[in-house]
Formats: sequence, C-alpha cells, structure tokens
Amino acid sequence: MEKVRHEEQERHRGFARRSLLLGGGMSLMLAALAGRMYVLQVEQSDRFAMLAEDNRINLRLLPPLRGRILDRFGAPVAANRQNYRVLLVSEQARDLEAALDRLSDILPMTAADRARIHREVDRKRNFVPVTVAENLSWDQVGAVEVNAPDLPGVSIDVGQIRTYPYGSALSHVLGYVGAVSEQDLTGDPVLELPGFRIGKNGIERLHDERLRGEAGTSHVEVNAYGRVIRELRREEGEQGQDVVLTLDAGLQNYVHQRLMGERSASAVVMDAANGDVLAMASVPSYDPSVFTHGISSTEWRRLAEDPLGPLSNKSIAGIYAPGSTFKMIVALAALEQGIGPDYRVWCPGHYTLGNHRFHCWKRHGHGWMDMHDALVESCDVYFYDVARKLGVDRIAEMSERFGLGVPTGIDLPGERGGVIPTRAWKLANIGEPWQGGETLVTSIGQGFVLSTPLQLAVMTARMVNGGRAVTPHVTRGFKLSGAGDEILPAPAPEMNIGGPELEIMRLAMDAVVNGRRGTARSSQIKEEGWEMGGKTGTSQVRRITKAERAAGVIKNEDLPWRRRDHGLFVGYAPIANPRYVVSIVVEHGGGGSSAAAPIAKDVLLEAQRRDPLGASPLPLVARSGEQA
Amino acid sequence: MSVLSEITLRRNPELQFGQKIWQLNWGLILLIFLLAGIGFAMLYSAASGSWDPWAVRQAVRFGGGLLLMFVVALIDIRFWFRLAYPIYFGALALLGAVEVMGTVGMGAQRWIDLGVIQLQPSELMKIGVVIALARYFHGITHADIGRPTYLLVPLLLVGGPALLVLKQPDLGTAGMLLAVGGALFLVAGVRWWKFLVVIAGAGAALPVAWNFLHDYQKNRVLTFLDPESDPLGAGYHILQSKIALGSGGIFGKGFLQGTQSHLNFLPEKQTDFIFTMLAEEWGMVGGLGLLGLYLLVFLYGFAIALRSRNHFGRLLAMGLTVNLFLYVFINIAMVMGLLPVVGVPLPLVSYGGTVMLATLIGLGLLLSVSVHRDLRIPRRGPREE
Repeated sequence: MEKVRHEEQERHRGFARRSLLLGGGMSLMLAALAGRMYVLQVEQSDRFAMLAEDNRINLRLLPPLRGRILDRFGAPVAANRQNYRVLLVSEQARDLEAALDRLSDILPMTAADRARIHREVDRKRNFVPVTVAENLSWDQVGAVEVNAPDLPGVSIDVGQIRTYPYGSALSHVLGYVGAVSEQDLTGDPVLELPGFRIGKNGIERLHDERLRGEAGTSHVEVNAYGRVIRELRREEGEQGQDVVLTLDAGLQNYVHQRLMGERSASAVVMDAANGDVLAMASVPSYDPSVFTHGISSTEWRRLAEDPLGPLSNKSIAGIYAPGSTFKMIVALAALEQGIGPDYRVWCPGHYTLGNHRFHCWKRHGHGWMDMHDALVESCDVYFYDVARKLGVDRIAEMSERFGLGVPTGIDLPGERGGVIPTRAWKLANIGEPWQGGETLVTSIGQGFVLSTPLQLAVMTARMVNGGRAVTPHVTRGFKLSGAGDEILPAPAPEMNIGGPELEIMRLAMDAVVNGRRGTARSSQIKEEGWEMGGKTGTSQVRRITKAERAAGVIKNEDLPWRRRDHGLFVGYAPIANPRYVVSIVVEHGGGGSSAAAPIAKDVLLEAQRRDPLGASPLPLVARSGEQA
Repeated sequence: MSVLSEITLRRNPELQFGQKIWQLNWGLILLIFLLAGIGFAMLYSAASGSWDPWAVRQAVRFGGGLLLMFVVALIDIRFWFRLAYPIYFGALALLGAVEVMGTVGMGAQRWIDLGVIQLQPSELMKIGVVIALARYFHGITHADIGRPTYLLVPLLLVGGPALLVLKQPDLGTAGMLLAVGGALFLVAGVRWWKFLVVIAGAGAALPVAWNFLHDYQKNRVLTFLDPESDPLGAGYHILQSKIALGSGGIFGKGFLQGTQSHLNFLPEKQTDFIFTMLAEEWGMVGGLGLLGLYLLVFLYGFAIALRSRNHFGRLLAMGLTVNLFLYVFINIAMVMGLLPVVGVPLPLVSYGGTVMLATLIGLGLLLSVSVHRDLRIPRRGPREE
C-alpha cells in the first residue's frame, strides 16, 4: 500500500515537472505568434497597408476626346460622332435568350450577331458588359430606353467614333485613325485602352499627340474578381487640340470631284505668296472610315495591291518626269549664264549630237525660235541647244533653287523627293559617267528627272510670286476652346533671281494659254480678270524607236492605257496678280494640253470663284495674353 | 490513509448532480462563451454585416455542442475511463470506414454524413488517441515507462491512426496526432533520450517522406518556404493573408471595414482565415486579445490537469489542452505564414460543425476531469460494482 502511494506521488511529481516544461514550450510558441504579429502589424504595417490599397484601388483611364481637324474657315473635316451602343450585363439580364429576343424586336440582329454575343458572354465575367449592337440611330436609342423596364441588364452607352464628313475627298491629307499596334506602344497607358484609336497616316498621324489630348483617371474600388464597387476619385482628362488646316474644304471637294473623271490623277492648289496648300487631291482614293471600324485583311489587300495606288497621295508621293514644265528651269539657268532672251535657234525638227539624232515633238520643226517662242510652243530643239551650252550641273543647280528633286518639307508624312540628275549623281547612283545626250534628254524634263506634283506647284509659285522661296504646308495652327496658336510661316527668303528673268517666264506662261500659238490655248479662262497662265508638260513613259518614228508615232489614244504619256500642267491665276498656283498630273492621260490643262482651268476658275484667299480665315492667334 | 490525505479530502469524492453543477468550472465556460461570441461577430462581418449564412448556423451548432459538452462534463470520469478503448477503436473504425468509402467513392472523402451534421472521424480520433493514451499510461507504473516494451502499445495507438489520416491525405491532422501523442509521452515520463532518438530518426526520414507527398502537398510546403515566388498562384492565399494582417496595423480598420476580407482578396475568411479577418479589422490589439483568451483557456487546462487526483484525468486534461493549443497555434501560425497552409481551423471561432462539436466534446471531457478531480481510480480500473 505504501509502495503504491509512493509510486503514485512520484508519478504525480514527474507529471507536474514535465507539464511545466511543456507549458514553458507552449508559452514560447505563443510568444512567437505574438512576435510575428508585431512584425507584420507594426514593423511592416506600412508596406502591407500599401499592398492592400494596391489590391483594392484600380486606376481606370478615361480616354480623352480626340481633337477635331478643321479647314481654314473652321469647317470640321475630321470630327467625333457619338456612337450609341447597346450593352448587356449578363448577370443582371438573367435570361439572356429572352433579353436578346426582346432586343431583336427593336434592333435587327442576325444569327451571327447572336452567336458572337453568346461567345462574349461566355468568355467574359458575368458583370462585364458585352456590346450587343453599335451605331444605333436616334429612334433605336429611344426605343431601347422606352423598353428599359422590360430589359434588365441592358443599357445604352455613348462612345466616340471618328468621322470624316468629306470622306474620300480628303483621305490622303487627313489620313485615318486605327487600332493601336504593337509598334505604336510608347508606354503611354492610354494606348493600351481597348478600342483606343491613334492617327495612322496623314495629318492624323503627324499631329497625333496634339489631337490625342490627355487621359483622365478614375480611381475605383474593386474586389478580388475585378468588379467595380464604387468610384473613389476622378480626375478629368484634357481633350485633344483641334488642328486647323490651310485647306479650303469646299475647294478640296470640288477638285476631288473634278479629278474623279480620270482613272489616276492628282492636283494641288496653293497660295502663291505663302505656300498655304488650299487643296490637295489624288484619285483613286479610299474611304477613311473603313479604317476606323477596323479594316478586314482582304479589304486591306485590295487597297494595297491596287495598281492605281488608292492609298498613295500622288501629290507628294507620286514621282513623274516633269516633261516640258521643266523647260522653264533650263531657260532660267540659261538667262543666268548670259544667254539672252533673244538668243535664237533654228529648229528643223531634230537635233544631232555625235551620231545620234534627238527629235522635237513637232516632226517638221518650229523654224527660228527665241526663248519666249520656245517656251510657248515647247520647242525641244531650242532646249537641246541651250542645255548643251549649259551642261547638266547648271540646270540641276537652278532646279534645286526652285525646290525640285528634294522633299519640299511639307507637313505630311510620306513625301518623296524625286531626282534631279547631275554628273556626280549618276556616277554615285548608276556608276557610269555622264553622257552628253543625257543632258539633252534632261533639258526637256525626261530621262532621269523625276519630281512630285507638289514640287512643280512650288516651282511655279516661286516663279510667279516675285522670286520668294515659299515652302508648302497644310497646317495653319492649333485651337483649343477659343484660344489657339498659329504656325506663322517664316517669311519666304528671296531667291536672288532677277525680276526681269521671272517676268520672261510669266509672259511665256501667259502666252502658253492665251497666246495664238500656245500649247494650252484651248483651256483659256475667258472671264475677265481671272485669266490663267501655265505650262504644259508631257511625260513619256516609253521609248519611241527609230522604226516607229519612221512609220509615224503612234497616237496616245491608240496605245494601251498603261503605255500612254502622263499629262502635266502647272499654272497660276490671275495673270495680272498671281495668287493661286495649280499643279495637275493625269497619269497616262496623254498630252498635258489635252489631259491636264482643262482640269487646271476648271480648278483655277473655281478657286477664284470661291476665292478662299479673299475671305478671312478662322482667327487663331492666342488670346491668353489679353485681358478678358 | 494518512491524516494529511483525510484533511485534503474534505469532501466526499462521490458528488450529487447538484454538486456537480456547482463544481463546473464556470470561469472556463465564460471563456468558451466569449470565444464563440467573437466567432459569431467575425462571421457576421464575413457575411458583410449579415447573420446569414454563417453566424446563425454557427450559433445553432454552438448551442447543440454546448449541451453535449455539459452532458459529457457531468458524466462520471470512471465511465469515460471504462469507455476509453471503445471510444478509441470506434473512432478508428470510422476512420477506416471513411478510408474505404473515400477510395471507393468520392475521391478524398473525409466525412461521414450523419444527416444533421457531417462528421469528420479524424476530429474524433484526436480525442480517441488522447483518451486511449491516458488510459494506457494510467495503467502502468512509473518504472514500466522506462522499459521500451511498454512503449510499443502507445506507439501503435498513435501511429495507427496517424498513418490512416496520412493516407487520406491530411498532413495537418496527422501531424497534430503525432504532436499530441508526443506531448502525452513527455508528460507521462518517457525518457528524454528516446525523444532525441525519434527526432533524429524523423530528421533522417524526412527526405524519404518527401517523395511520398502528393504534388499539392509539396507545393504547399514550397509555397510556405517562399510565398512571394508565385503571388498569383499557390502563394496567393498566404500573401493576401499577410497583406490583410499587416494592413490592419495596431488598431485595425474597424469592424466590417476590412478591405481585404470584404473585397474577397482574403480566401476562406469564414473558416481557416478567420483570424486574419479579425486581425485586419481589430488590429494587433484584437489579435493579441484573442490570443490572451486562448491563453486563459490553456491555463485552466493546465490547472485542471495538475489538480486532478487521478493519473487518467491528468493525462486526459493535458492531452486535450495540448490538442486545443495545437489547433490555435497551427491555425494562427499558418495564416501568418509561419507554417504551410494545412487547413486547420481556429477552434470555437472558425465556421464549421465538426470542429465545433469535437472542440466542445473535448472541453466537456476537460470539465469532467475538473468536476471529478478528487476521484481516485485504481491502476487496474475502478472496481466493477
């Protein structure tokens, strides 16, 4: 009995000892928990508080309203239209089929539309709105609103969509907006918004940053599944600036319509004094709105592979041999080298250099020609002769002063420079020395010479504006809610060409249209005070062989379209006080006098009738400095 | 009997029903109410300020469990002594049944559906192991414990169910069974060097055991070691839990104001991660407060164990206390990133029927030890009347 008692006490004591030990261990463990709590909730509390806020608060970008593009008088040529969409939140709609059935009474809905909606509903979380239909008419919006009580989960949402009121007439200058591609990402988060559009070409691309504006932000509280619980804070963005162009939308529209008669042509109308481009058109053209909605790959291929180049702005990206319009440059170079206007050349219809015969376009020759006559009647032999005396480099030097062969620097993407050949150029680019005969070909604007229609317009402007080296531009300035700033073109520098020499060119161009023997006399403007002057040009796209010349040169009309000559015309009006300059190119249109000059006549007539330079443009100068 | 014993035994150990009620440890019962009350409040908050769906059901279960606890507490400890092995083997049978049903039926099933409540045999097994070990160690002498042969039976008592649970697979419960068993071995007086041998052996077996783990279990362990390596995948839960805790700061974001919990960044906020939610809304003050309440419960447990006059009661009380402690420790350590996520709830606070029931049954046994603390039980068991 005593032994058992002792044993029991021993056991109890041992138990108590070990229990205290165990209790000590447990206390340490609890202390570790408390310590961990201290580390997390006191020492690292700030960091975790920040992480919790990051979890909870989402920054949503509010896309800015894109600035408009206005013509010189403030008429919008690119604007934003409200795009009414029907959205459906599937969790609120409950019965999706029934909701779609009811909606299809109001909105036409195809089976394919329904399939797409079902796909999107399945893919997205059930509180994310799905677009049911876009571009609703006012009546449809009204009908959906009226039926709202029967349409749970259906709502109308207003988005913005780019519209171009002048459609294809201005697409080459304005460009278009399109979805942001991988290369466009600059780190600006607004670019990553779904459905965001940026300028892809033309003015839309060039001034994209100003047009884009600043995105606003909305701080929203979200749960773990991304559902928005409430908006905490909102900072409004800043809408994009309006871009004001030098173009006259009305004139532009007219020019585009006038060109539509041709398969492929371009036209530029410019202010002779300051280089404001008043119209710049190119046919065929394209509808810029197809890009806004997202162009299909087949449609894109159709546009890109069309041999007539509807995507190309031929006024700045088409390069053509300037043909006879180039003769004025040769004449000016001659005058500068002391060959006077009275220098005469006998034209027998051809010119012999070495053992090669160079032909004049007039088979039986012009007879005695002085400079004026040679320009008016576009005698080739006269210029062969003069060019031989000058050498190609002097001609090239004069071309350059008139802006040929190099990009004009117009504020549009995609401009090409063309070519004005020199001895050095040929050696560097073709690797062969210059041939004397090539100088002759160059003098009539053929051979290596290539220029854009815009360069020819600039050349003409510099000839008729008193010798000031104007440069072309299409942007007048920017405007934001009343105030704005204007890009004042730097005063054009003097070209150091004598007035008398330019007077000779003007008189020649006058006679080309209004003289008895001018190449463009059939395109005279009869209205008094609005008369135009100009110079025709025909740009050969094929070589005329000896055999063909012997048999008689085939007329353009008898050739396949692709092999016909390009018709060119540069002109100005009015004669007395040149203000408007035009440059017309009709691809494969035949001669300049028959294809291009009539268009130039109509365009200059319309320009003077509308007289955009006579009316005061949209005021732009910033008023921020003035007192209200 | 000595005079001393006669003096300390002032009252008759055989109590009447009324006396038993009087002898109930009302301080401990108050703590149980407090903890459950905190649980209801957190469940109310977890449902964004609604008694539905969790708080109400939890309260009903608590009510039922409480009744069971009182019944268990008032039943004579000798009855439980006699029932020790039947309880153990009953639980073991249920566990085996679940294992068979689980493999035949619905994947890793850990439940037995009793209609009213879904019972997890592994929860009962913890009590079963404690009561069986207490019964066994009660029956052998202090000297016997020193003999390795006498350790064979208790090792089987712990190891058998631990292996079954491990097969389910439920790493957390298996670990708890081993830990509770180990604690009882310790307080029963098993020699220190034997523990060292076991620890060393376990350390050596660790790489082997690793190969037996399921991929998701390996992932849990790896995630625990570096939770921020994969913040959106496996580490998401523990990272979000730490963010919730840390952002709560000292005083918390306020009741019903926890952003992590209410915006659903926090997973399982009504069950395993309820402590996180409490610490987010009530801060470190709330967290330490809750820990303090548990500490008082453990102290009651220790006091009851030390004051019991029978070895069975001592061991039973100590085992139940350690079991409760392990729940609390593992759960809180887990949500704070100190342990891998093993799915151990916070007793009395987390939403869940089985654990609530098992916890209250355990506490009932603890109270029974307390009520019957002065009863002596012969080594071979109470004489059959």
